[in-house]
Amino acid sequence: MTDLPKISDKKLGLVIDLDTCVGCHACVISCKGWNTENYGAPLSDMDAYGLAEGTFLNRVHSYEREPEHGAAQLIHFPKSCLHCEDAPCVTVCPTGASYKRAEDGIVLVNEDACMGCGLCAWACPYGARELDPAAGVMKKCTLCVDRIYNENLPEEDREPACVRTCPAGARHFGDLGDETSAVSQLVADRGGLELMPEQGTKPVNRYLPPRPKTETTAVDVLAPFLEVKHAEPEGLLGWVDRMLEKI
Amino acid sequence: MGEPKLNLSPKVSDDVRQTTCYMCACRCGINVHLKDGKVAYIDGNRDHPVNRGVLCAKGSAGIMQHNSPARLRAPLKRVGERGEGKFEEISWQEAYDIAASWLAPLREQAPEKLAFFTGRDQSQSFTSYWAQMFGTPNYAAHGGFCSVNMAAAGIYTLGGAFWEFGQPDWDHTKLFMLFGVAEDHDSNPIKMGIGQLKDRGAKVIGVNPIRTGYNAVADEWVGITPGTDGLFILSLIHCLLKTGQIDLAYLRDFTDAPVLLNNDPESPEYGLFLRDEHGKMLVWDRAQNAPRPFDAPDVSPDLTGTWDVDEVTHHTVFHALVHKYMDADYAPEAVADRVGLSAARIRALAAEIARVAFEEAFELPITWTDFRGRTHDKMQGRPVSFHAMRGISAHANGFQTCRALHVLQMLLGSVEVPGGFRFKPPYPKPATAHPKPHCKITPGAPLDGPHLGFVHGPEDLCLREDGSPARIDKAFTWENPMSAHGLMHMVISNAHAGDPYKIDTLFLYMANMSWNSSMDPGGVMDKLTDRDDTGAYVIPHIIYSDAYSSEMVAYADLVLPDTTYLERHDCISLLDRPICEADAAADAIRWPVVAPDRNVKGFQTALIELGAKLKLPGFVDDAGAALYEDYADYMVHHQRRPGVGPLMGWRGENGDSQGRGDVNENQLARYIENGGFSIAHIPEEARYYKPWNRAYQDWAVEIGLYDAPTPYVFHFWCEPLRKFQRAAEGQEERQPPAHLRDQIKNVMDPLPIWYPTSEASEAFTVHALTQRPMAMYHSWGSQNAWLRQIHGINPLYVPTKLWHAHGFTEGDWARVTSANGDIVVPVAHMAALNEHTVWTWNAIGKRKGAWALDETAPEATKGFLLNHLIHELHPPKDDGLRWSNSDPITGQAAWFDLKVKIERVAPQEIALPVFTPQQAPVDPGPERLAWTVGASK
Amino acid sequence: MHPAPSVILFTVFSGLGFGLLAYLGVGLPDVSGFVAFGYFAIAFALAVGGLLAATFHLANPKNAIKAFSQWRSSWLSREGVAAILALTAMGTYAAGIIFLEIRIVALGWLGAVLSLITVFTTAMIYTQLRSIPRWNQVATPFHFLSLSLAGGALLAGQMEIAGPLLLLAAAVQLWAWSKGDKRFAEAGSTLETATGLPGATRQFEPPHTGQNYLLKEMVHVVGRKHALKLRMIAFFTAFAVPYVLTLLPTSYVTAIAAVLLHTGGVIVSRWLFFAQAEHVVGLYYGKHLIPSQAA
Repeated sequence: MTDLPKISDKKLGLVIDLDTCVGCHACVISCKGWNTENYGAPLSDMDAYGLAEGTFLNRVHSYEREPEHGAAQLIHFPKSCLHCEDAPCVTVCPTGASYKRAEDGIVLVNEDACMGCGLCAWACPYGARELDPAAGVMKKCTLCVDRIYNENLPEEDREPACVRTCPAGARHFGDLGDETSAVSQLVADRGGLELMPEQGTKPVNRYLPPRPKTETTAVDVLAPFLEVKHAEPEGLLGWVDRMLEKI
Repeated sequence: MGEPKLNLSPKVSDDVRQTTCYMCACRCGINVHLKDGKVAYIDGNRDHPVNRGVLCAKGSAGIMQHNSPARLRAPLKRVGERGEGKFEEISWQEAYDIAASWLAPLREQAPEKLAFFTGRDQSQSFTSYWAQMFGTPNYAAHGGFCSVNMAAAGIYTLGGAFWEFGQPDWDHTKLFMLFGVAEDHDSNPIKMGIGQLKDRGAKVIGVNPIRTGYNAVADEWVGITPGTDGLFILSLIHCLLKTGQIDLAYLRDFTDAPVLLNNDPESPEYGLFLRDEHGKMLVWDRAQNAPRPFDAPDVSPDLTGTWDVDEVTHHTVFHALVHKYMDADYAPEAVADRVGLSAARIRALAAEIARVAFEEAFELPITWTDFRGRTHDKMQGRPVSFHAMRGISAHANGFQTCRALHVLQMLLGSVEVPGGFRFKPPYPKPATAHPKPHCKITPGAPLDGPHLGFVHGPEDLCLREDGSPARIDKAFTWENPMSAHGLMHMVISNAHAGDPYKIDTLFLYMANMSWNSSMDPGGVMDKLTDRDDTGAYVIPHIIYSDAYSSEMVAYADLVLPDTTYLERHDCISLLDRPICEADAAADAIRWPVVAPDRNVKGFQTALIELGAKLKLPGFVDDAGAALYEDYADYMVHHQRRPGVGPLMGWRGENGDSQGRGDVNENQLARYIENGGFSIAHIPEEARYYKPWNRAYQDWAVEIGLYDAPTPYVFHFWCEPLRKFQRAAEGQEERQPPAHLRDQIKNVMDPLPIWYPTSEASEAFTVHALTQRPMAMYHSWGSQNAWLRQIHGINPLYVPTKLWHAHGFTEGDWARVTSANGDIVVPVAHMAALNEHTVWTWNAIGKRKGAWALDETAPEATKGFLLNHLIHELHPPKDDGLRWSNSDPITGQAAWFDLKVKIERVAPQEIALPVFTPQQAPVDPGPERLAWTVGASK
Repeated sequence: MHPAPSVILFTVFSGLGFGLLAYLGVGLPDVSGFVAFGYFAIAFALAVGGLLAATFHLANPKNAIKAFSQWRSSWLSREGVAAILALTAMGTYAAGIIFLEIRIVALGWLGAVLSLITVFTTAMIYTQLRSIPRWNQVATPFHFLSLSLAGGALLAGQMEIAGPLLLLAAAVQLWAWSKGDKRFAEAGSTLETATGLPGATRQFEPPHTGQNYLLKEMVHVVGRKHALKLRMIAFFTAFAVPYVLTLLPTSYVTAIAAVLLHTGGVIVSRWLFFAQAEHVVGLYYGKHLIPSQAA
């Protein structure tokens, strides 16, 4: 079981647009809400009204970068399981609890088999797995496997909770194994990135990098709009007077 | 071993109930999924006009708010000292008896001795009605320290404001420039809009000293120095005028640019509009070469020129504005240092705005007829839009800054046109169509009209015969004549000082005045607990209503426990702040999707019951019997005008009319059936040019927004401001006191100006700001087990230059000092920040004992408020006076004008100041949460 | 990585225990009867005790039995299987010696090999983790095996073998440290690769201000000076001093002192093994920035 399955064509995953994510944490909480009530043990919060340490399957980081030219930038960076093709969290699992679904590539934990050793979390370079202290089992993004195929939900709601809720539309769900899918197109058009390719995990999720930032300067295209036509008020008023004849 | 068999189709809920979110002021539609009668999961309502299915972190965390351990459980009577938090639970009957024993005598003798102020109230048309029926002039909500600059500047200028009252034309705009933000208003629509712009490749420019959130994703960031936005905007205007990049047809047809102004300094009418005998503004008609009413069907207004009318020189408003803003004072070179941007960049930004506005202009092939009766076969688009929020509002120059932004939009012709900024019904609506403020007291009878409104000159101020303020908050006085939202932030200090008079009962709703909702909370706590010579409290009675154990609860003598948002009725009404979109009028309800498990009542219902007990008109019939059973009953049966009530949907006996119609007993059921809202789409030909569009005006009358078409033109020239200036010049009947004359003359310029917001100080050189995190709303978020983990600590963010200058390293703390005191807080480095500015997240710091938090909670140890550094008054100036820390036009609390100095201190364990812990009227929260309600688990 | 006492004790004691079993399996020392019982008791106590200590690390031990199932892919599962096989073989072998006075030489050799394989599988649990570059290096299994062999020799009282093995283990330790110190940089993970954001310089704010499992488990920061001091302590107590003791005339005092010092030193070394191991996930939390990034 902890052998990785034969590669299936279907690679369900997320495409996250770093150019659009405003860092609102909607996905974080929507995920917490759905997955507390649904798949497996609830996501607990210890010392909930004191120091508070909760289990979350999705967290929004934020980073600054200072380009050589121009102002410093801030990038919001949501991160959850990337459902890697070569998922080290799966192969290290001694009990077979951690597995990758053959039919769609979703990486899951079978909580009935998990002994809470934490090795899968160690193996994951991305910090996608958190051991729930109350339940003693490993929790991770399920890609809302209990939503995306859920016949009790209307068709349009069969997508991960984080995607459904994202106000800015920065999260996209689909089959990254299908080159013609909307998510694959996005990745192709926007140069979607893998995280930590050097780790050899072959993540399915992709990140769309922020588009280049600008700092408006007097470029040629603006020349006509920079040209001072009326140095004095009377000049402008005279021009307006003439223009009013024409409009 | 194969893969385990999964149940891929678990049951999501037994029942889905659709209501309206209240986790912030955005008012999204939500689906509340119930299992076993309990709230199991909340997501967004896809059909809802506000959020179309999406939902933010706050909304998604509603389940934790609804089950917060900080929920009050029963009415409370204070048994300890004020501020201690010692209470005993009492019955509602006893609570009403106590309240009535204080209020009934006041109403008969001196209704003004009740000061009733509401905080994050979403039922102001109801609460103000109650206060009006009580007869006190002392009512307002919290707009005075929140948004009034935006509201007043917008309504006086355009007849509508930024904030949630309008939106960029997300479908067509190609350049969107956002000034400042308020993450708790229109937050999901703005996120959705920005996402839409990103999809279309439109450009987003963020103007903000801090590059987070929307500014982080903005394609371009203008990291302006706080308080200088107005100067920046006026310089953009200067550039547009000098390059001739303005929309002349728009100015001529839809603004007061051609209106004639008295230009004779010797004339008593100097600076006022030339009007005809009906009071109609006159323009110079190019064809007839004579002054004519601005709205004459065949008028051809001139924009330039000087004419003598009745031997007095007149020129156009446009003439005045051109002369004003083409002055070298507004040249980019003259402003660059102050705004913190290079002159070249200001010019380039002006050019880019102009390029998009005019070179990328487009037309929509929609035929429409304007208010002059002229039919146009197309709608001219200007794909440049602006939006602004608290960032420019909470400054002492915020009113004029916001007006400056509107002037910029008008010059570009980009308001209410395709691609520009669009209003949401019931706006646009000119200032003159709003009520004026009312303050006439008759003991035992209602006030003479609505409390809040728009003044049009000194004659509308709320002054008593001796010229002293009629209102406890001194709203609508010479100190802040256009304080359209009242001044809640001044109530406690004025009541404590007995200035302008003493009050008996302070009645507050959902406003954490002893903590994060006040400037100088320590001082407020002292005032609330201060005693006079006889040992009695200086403010004799305090009634407070809140759903949660906030810091303010401990200061009340009587606490009326409110419900959570899932347990209550509410109407998000067109009479108030509805949920409209630019293309539709819409309102919504909340309804109890679950029943409260505590002895609590929705505040509005409590107010109805108290109103009936006090036999207030409007709440009892002629025989003295209660008119309404509860708030739901009021929502259905109250009529503000015949056929117009709190809710627009399903009116009429059969529920077949929208907007206007008789009471429908099934109205709430129809709302619930429809997902909790009602929507009326604006016809296609009425969607733009609303103030001047006959089809829109007729539609607005039809659904009851107004009773007659009310077309108007936008105002560059704010004549009411000029009237106050005239009074300060010794012209009007009512004149300001001597010490305020210069201030009024200087700041109440009818054309927007910029002035520095504080005296240059050598001691305090660093701007200090707060921002509301997207995942938190006011102080509420900290009781929410999920949200508080995101923002449980708020470091003070320090820009690179100051970080190095002070030798800070990670983990350091700082002492931050202002003229009002000092705080000691953790610091963190941030590069994407204006180099003269520090900032922190708002309202994270909590007082120990409040919000059912453990004393170890980081909010109560490392969290802090900047509020301690801000005072409602400035320190004494050369004249010996302590001037108000507010906008002198509107009274808007100027908490973004804070200037501080910072010093590095050794790492600390606890942020200062520290206040003694409060006793909590609720039990502490559970140690661990593993929240699940479904029987399956 | 969080230096959890359960995992430190497990790895140290099971390493020593299986090391001793390996010697006993090949008849070093060639003991029988009551003496054999004593040696085997110590070996089993350490090996089994170590394994039991490891179960304290489990959050949900009721499923521990399933840990033997995934030997085809999981080094942790292989370790469990190897440990059971080794203990079974050595248990049978020991029972023969103690109760039947029969030494099944082949079984002893098999048990010895299985014991060392167990130590190797333990090492591979750590070695395999690319996410923790310090461990993910060739030296790691040599480190575990050399410690097991040296410690086992000390326990087995094989001072003449122990001496050179201590030198070898010391050399491997130095190799593991020096290579380990470079591994994070060699592995190439940076905040830039972690985020795909060229020029990313620092974390602006953590995703949650509250504590979380990842930070507690995987983001442990040891001061550089502190670590250096502990390395010196580990080096002297685990290797240098015991080596000197092996050169002295054999006595119970020196033998016991050598074992105790060595064990203490290995515990310190193992604490460092965890505490100094930087998980790449720390990058997401603004840790382990290379100096140029942290500037």
